[in-house]
Amino acid sequence: MSEKSEKSSTSGKRHSRRKKPSSVEEVRRAVVEPGELVDRLIEEQGLRQRLPPVLVSSVRSLILKKYGARPDELEIRREFEILAKVAQRIHAAMEPAQKIVPKAIVDEVLFKLMDTAYRYSLTDEEIARIREDVVQSYLRALVEPGEPVGTVAAQSIGEPSTQMTLRTFHFAGVRELNVTLGLPRLIELVDAKQKPETPIMEIYLTEEHKHDLKAALEVARRLEHTSLEAVTASAEVDLITESVIVRLDKDMLEDKGLTVEDVVNALSRERSLAGRVRVDESDPLVLAVEVPKAYSHITKILRFRELILKTRIKGVRGIRKVILQRRYDPSAGKHEYVLLTEGSNLAEVLALPQVDHRRTRTNDVHEIERVLGIEAARQALINEIMNTLREQGLEVDVRHVMLVADLMTWSGIVRQIGRHGIVGEKRSVLARAAFEITAKQLFDASASGEFDSLRGVTENLVIGQLMPFGTSMVELKTSPQQLARGGDAK
Amino acid sequence: MSKPEKVVKGVKFGVLSPEMIRRMSVTAIVTPEVYDENGIPIEGGVMDPRLGVIEPGQRCATCGNTLAQCPGHFGHLELAKPVIHIGYVKHIYMLLKATCRSCNRVKIPEEDVVKYRDLYRRLRERWPQLASSMVEFIRQRASKALECPHCKARQFRVRLEKPATFIEEGGRGKLYPDVIKQWLSNIPSSDLEVLGLDPEVARPEWMIINVLPIPPIAVRPSIVLETGMRAEDDLTHKLVDIIRANEKLKEALNSGAPEIIVEDLWELLQYHVMTFIDNELPGVPVAKRRSGMPLKTLAQRLKGKEGRFRGNLSGKRVDFSARTVISPDPNLDVNEVGVPYEVAMTLTVPEHVTPWNIDRMREYVLNGPYKWPGANYVVDPSGRRLDLRYVKDRKALAEGLKPGYVVERHLVNGDVVLFNRQPSLHRMSIMAHRVRVLPGKTFRLHLAVCPPYNADFDGDEMNLHVPQTVEARAEAEELLLVEKQILSPRYGGPIIGGIQDYISGGYLLTLKTTILTKDQVSDLLATIDYSGEIPEPAILSPVEAWTGKQVFSLLLPEDFNFIGETKLSSGSLKCTSEECFWDTLLIVKKGKILAGTVDKTVIGSQQPKSLMHYLIMEKGVKFGAEFMNKAFKLFLRYIEMVGLTMTLDDIGPKRSALESAVKVIKNSYSEVDKLIEMYRAGQLEPVPGRTLSETLEIRILDVLARARDESGATVVEYMSLANPVYVMARTGARGSGLNITQMSVVLGQQSVRGERIWRGYRGRVLPHYRHGDLSPEARGFVASSFYKGLSPLEVFFHAAGGREGLVDTAVRTSQSGYMQRRLINALQDLYVEYDMSVRSPYGELVQFRYGEDSVDPRKTAFGKAVDIDRIIVKNMGWRMSL
Ligand SMILES: [Mg+2]
Ligand SMILES: [Zn+2]
Ligand SMILES: [Zn+2]
Repeated sequence: MSEKSEKSSTSGKRHSRRKKPSSVEEVRRAVVEPGELVDRLIEEQGLRQRLPPVLVSSVRSLILKKYGARPDELEIRREFEILAKVAQRIHAAMEPAQKIVPKAIVDEVLFKLMDTAYRYSLTDEEIARIREDVVQSYLRALVEPGEPVGTVAAQSIGEPSTQMTLRTFHFAGVRELNVTLGLPRLIELVDAKQKPETPIMEIYLTEEHKHDLKAALEVARRLEHTSLEAVTASAEVDLITESVIVRLDKDMLEDKGLTVEDVVNALSRERSLAGRVRVDESDPLVLAVEVPKAYSHITKILRFRELILKTRIKGVRGIRKVILQRRYDPSAGKHEYVLLTEGSNLAEVLALPQVDHRRTRTNDVHEIERVLGIEAARQALINEIMNTLREQGLEVDVRHVMLVADLMTWSGIVRQIGRHGIVGEKRSVLARAAFEITAKQLFDASASGEFDSLRGVTENLVIGQLMPFGTSMVELKTSPQQLARGGDAK
Repeated sequence: MSKPEKVVKGVKFGVLSPEMIRRMSVTAIVTPEVYDENGIPIEGGVMDPRLGVIEPGQRCATCGNTLAQCPGHFGHLELAKPVIHIGYVKHIYMLLKATCRSCNRVKIPEEDVVKYRDLYRRLRERWPQLASSMVEFIRQRASKALECPHCKARQFRVRLEKPATFIEEGGRGKLYPDVIKQWLSNIPSSDLEVLGLDPEVARPEWMIINVLPIPPIAVRPSIVLETGMRAEDDLTHKLVDIIRANEKLKEALNSGAPEIIVEDLWELLQYHVMTFIDNELPGVPVAKRRSGMPLKTLAQRLKGKEGRFRGNLSGKRVDFSARTVISPDPNLDVNEVGVPYEVAMTLTVPEHVTPWNIDRMREYVLNGPYKWPGANYVVDPSGRRLDLRYVKDRKALAEGLKPGYVVERHLVNGDVVLFNRQPSLHRMSIMAHRVRVLPGKTFRLHLAVCPPYNADFDGDEMNLHVPQTVEARAEAEELLLVEKQILSPRYGGPIIGGIQDYISGGYLLTLKTTILTKDQVSDLLATIDYSGEIPEPAILSPVEAWTGKQVFSLLLPEDFNFIGETKLSSGSLKCTSEECFWDTLLIVKKGKILAGTVDKTVIGSQQPKSLMHYLIMEKGVKFGAEFMNKAFKLFLRYIEMVGLTMTLDDIGPKRSALESAVKVIKNSYSEVDKLIEMYRAGQLEPVPGRTLSETLEIRILDVLARARDESGATVVEYMSLANPVYVMARTGARGSGLNITQMSVVLGQQSVRGERIWRGYRGRVLPHYRHGDLSPEARGFVASSFYKGLSPLEVFFHAAGGREGLVDTAVRTSQSGYMQRRLINALQDLYVEYDMSVRSPYGELVQFRYGEDSVDPRKTAFGKAVDIDRIIVKNMGWRMSL
C-alpha cells in the first residue's frame, strides 16, 4: 500500500516527461492525479504557511493512502477538508510543547497524532493530555548534571561484551566472504587498529547501473586486483636470451576481461620493464620479458620472475576479491546489484563513475578518516560498534557508543582506547601509573617535573579524596553553626 | 561532623638532588653490618634505629614518636663513584645525543631555542599533547646536528649499550658516569626546558646517583619467623649488597688498585643500585634470594595487579564488610537482603545518641556484644572507645549514656547496606539493600535481583558493606537502593523483573481456564496482604468463581491501559485482536486484564516496553518494586496451589511424532549421501571462492541443520499447551524450542570451530569409522536425543563440541575484562556539566549536548525520550485496537 502511494507521489513530476502512458492504470490516473490534486489543494489553502511540514506531508500521505488507488476528486476534496482541520487542531494544541521539546520529537509526535486522530478521532482534551504527557516525559528523561556518563558508557559496552562470541568468522550475507565479528571485532574497533583483520567494502552502483548485471560485472572486473600470475599458464626463465617467457592463459584472460595487449601495456607501465616486453611472433599468447641488468645475475633472475608475476595488470590496490550480490532494493521495488569486496580502497572506489558514493561503505575506520575526515570516522565508529553489538543480539543505547566515538575522535585524529591512545595521554600521572607501565610513567613524570592536579577519578581514589562528579560536584556548602550564630553561610 | 579535612590540591613530581637527599637524611649509612652479636641493630647500618621505630612500645630515636606516629626517616649512603639511575637511562641518552660534547649546549641555534621555549611554555598547560610532540621534534632535530651551532665542535655518535653503558663512537669511547655527570651538569637550565625537562625539580646530573637515599625501616620491616630467626626484607638485602660493593670500591680506590679492578667493582656497584630500583631489567641478571626467588625491589613493588597502585591505591581492602554464600528467599522484598545473625553481630553501625533514640541505645548496650540486637563498642564524648566485651558493668554504662556518645550497634532490620557480586561489570553489581536479620549462615536475596548481579545459587558468594556515615547512608538509599536500579542505563528497560517460575506462575494464573473459588482467591490475596474488596465474581453459578486475570488485575492501577503481544503470540498462536481464541494479545483497560496472559514479554526482566516497564516508568520505581513484591508472591503461591514440575514423559515424544521426525532425519541422510556421491564424482558445483571439499561441508551442514529444525518442529507441533516443559519454553520462563528438540528428538550436529568434527586419526575421527568416511554420523551428527540416550560414540562427539564452549568462555572473560578495564580507564572522568555538555575534569568539551539530546538512556523507553505510541495508548488505550 505505502509503496504504491509513494510511487504515485513521485510519478506526478515524472509524468510529463514520459512519452506515452502505456498501461490502463496510467491512463486512468491521467484523469485525476491524486498527488497533483492534493498538492494543488495544499497550495490553494496555503497549508504550508499555516502548518509545519510534517503535518502537511502527513495530510498528503494519509489521503493518498486511502485514495491513491481509486482517485475520486470529490471524495478527495472532502477528505482534505477534514484532514486539514484535524491538522490545524493538532498544530494549535501542540504549539506550547514546541518550545520545550526538541523538534525531532515534536515532528514524530505530530505525525503519530495525525494518524491516530484520523483513525479514532481525538477530542481536544485528549490531545491536550497527550501533549502534557509528551512534555512531561521529555523533561523527566533529561540527564542529571554530574552524572558520570563516561563510566556508564564504558560499563554499558563492557558488560554485554562478556556475552559475546569469541571467534566467529561469519559470512557477510555471502558464503565466500569472511568477516570478523563479535568480541574480536569490538576490541579491534576500540583499539583503533590500523587495518581491520578483514577489511570489507559494500559498493553500491548508481541509478543507471544498479539494475544492470552487465554493468555490475564490468565494475567488478575493474575492481578486482589481477596480477600477471592470475592470467599466466606458465612462466619460464630462458637463460640464453636472458628473459622470462610467459605463456598467458586464454580462458583466464577472457574471464577477467583482458586482452594480451592489456597485459603488455600493464607490464610496460612498470618503469623497469618499459620497452622490454615483446609478444612472440609465432604465438600471440606468449610474452618474452627481457631481464634488466640489475637482475641479470643468475641468483636474482628467479626473483625477477616472481616480481613480474606479482605485477598488477588491472584492478584496484587492496581489493582482493569481488562478489556480486543481488539484493532487494525497497526504494525501487526491485532487485539491484551490490558488490562486496574483500579488501578495501575507499578513495579509488569512490572515484569510479559507476559507483554510488553516497551509499558505498567500508569497515575500515582509518581509511574513512583519511578519505572523508574525522567526522565521518566518528560516524563510522558508531555504526560499526552498534552493528557489532546488534549482530550479537546485544542492546546498547546509541548514546553510550556516541560518547566512546566522540572521545576517540575528539582530538582530531582517531585515538585508541588504551595505553597508546586515550589512557596513555591522560593528564594525570597517577591515573596513568595506575593503568599500565607504572614505573616508566613515574620516571618520565619526575624528569619533566609534571604536576598532577588531582581532578579525575583514579587520582582522587589513590589519595583518598572524593571525585568531583555526581554528589561531590556540589561546591556550595552551608555551615549550620555559622547560620545559628547569625553569620553568613560560606 | 569532624572539622574540615585538609584537601590535597596536587602532586608535583621531580628528582631528588644529592643535597636534598643529604638534607632529609637523619644519618649516613657507613657499614654493611646490620646487627651486632646480641642482635641489636648497629648504628650506621641499614637498620639504624634513627631510621624509625619498628617495635611497638619503643620510641623513635629521631622524632620521639611511637610506632603508630613515627613516619620513618631516610638515611643516606655516599657512593664512592657515581652510578647511573636506571630509570633515567633513556633521558640521559637523549641528553647526550641532543647536547654538544664540548660546550654542552643543546645543538640548536640560539634564536630557535628562544622561539621554541616561548612556544613550549604556551602549549604546555593547554595542549600537553602538542607540547610533548614538539619536544619530540626538538630532541630529534638536536640529535641530528653533526656540528654544534654554538661552539662549532664536531659531534660524535653516542651509543647506548644496554642496560646503562654509554659509548661515544670515535670520541672518548666509554663514557663513565662521572664524566656524564659533569657533562649533564653543564647543560644550561634554559636549554633543558625545550628538551622537555623541568630543571627546577629535575636537573639531569641528579639522574646520576652519587648519594643514595636509604629508605626508612617502616618501608622494609624485618619479620621474625616461628623459628625465632629474623628474616629481612628484600630491600634490606639489596641495600646491604650495595653498601658492601661500595665499601669494596672505596677500598680499591684508596689503595690505588689497578684500573681494571676499580672498573669491575664500579660495574658491580652499578648493578646493585640498578637492581635495587628495578629487578626486571632486560639483559640484566636478576638478583635472587638464597632460595632462588627473584628479589622484589622498588619497581616490582609498584607494578602490576598486586602492586602498590592497582593493589593498594586504586583497589583497597576495607573494614565493615562480610562475605558468604548466597541463597534465595522468595519471601523477602526486592529491596531486602537476608543477613545471618553472626554477621549482624559483627558488623556495626555507629549511631549518635540523641534524646530520641536513647532508650533504644541503652537497650543495645545492655544486650552487649553477644546478644542481638546489641552493640560492640561505645565511644564516649572524649573519643575513648569502650569495648563492650570487656566492660564489666554494662548496666552502668547504659545508664550513663547521653547525647554526645556514639554507640557502635549491631546491624538491625532496616539498616541500609551495600551488596556486591563480582565481577562488578556495571553499576547494578553494587546495590543498596535493607537488612533483614535471619537465622542461617547465608546471605539471602530476592530472586528478581539475580539478573543485575548475574547471580545463581550454585555456590556463588557475595560481599556486604556497611556504610558508616549519614552521608554514605543517604547516598546509598537515594541512589543505590535496588528499586532505584530497576531501570538499566544500558538500554532503557527494566533489568530487574520476572524470571523463571515468576513467568510460568504468571502465565498459569492468568490463563483463560484458571477459575478460582472464593477460598483460593482469599488464599492468594492473603499472601500479598491485600486489604481491599474482593471484586465481583466472574462466574456466579453454580458457585461463585473468579478468574486468575481478575486476581492479577487487583495489582494494576485503575487508570492503567496497555496493549501488547505476549511471548506466546507467534506462529499458529498469533493474535491481533481482542476476540482471538488463543488469548495471546494482552489488553489491559483501566487496570483490568480483558484478554491475554502474563508472560516474559509482559513482566520479564530485560524486557523493554513491557507492561512492567511502563508501570515503573509511569507510576515510579517505588510502585514498581512493590508491584514486583506482590505480583511475584502471588504467582508463586498459585504455583504452589496447582503444582508445576516436569517428568521424563513430558519430553518423551509421541510415537507418531517421532516417526515423522525420524523420517526427516533419514531423508537428510540420503540427501547427504547424494552430495557425497556428487562430490566424489566431481559433479558438485563449487560455491564461488570455496574449494570443492569446503563446498561439500557447507552443503552438508545446511542439510543437517535443516533436518534438525524440521524434525524438532514436527515434535513440538504435537506438544500440548498443558505440557509444563512446553509452557516454560513458550512463555520464556526457561528453555527454548531447541532445548526441547535436543531433549526429545535429536541433538544434531556437534561442531568445533564451526566445522563438522574431523580431527583425530588420519582421515577419521575415531577408529570405529572407515578412512575418509564423510557420512553424518562419522563426523559428529548425533541422531539420538537426551530422552533416548546417546551412544558411546555420540557421547564422544558431544563432549568434543561441549569442550569448545568451555574454552571459549574462559578465553572470552579475560579478553572482555581487559577491554572493559581500558574502556573504564579512558572514559571514567567524563561527566555531564550543568549546561548538559559532557566534559573532562579539565573542562575539555567532549560533547556539546550529552547524547545529542541531553537524554539519560535509563529514563527512556528503549532509547526514546518520548514514547509517543505509548503515550497514545496510555491516554486512550481503552478504545484502541492493535
Ligand atoms: Mg554460579
Ligand atoms: Zn621517628
Ligand atoms: Zn658546543
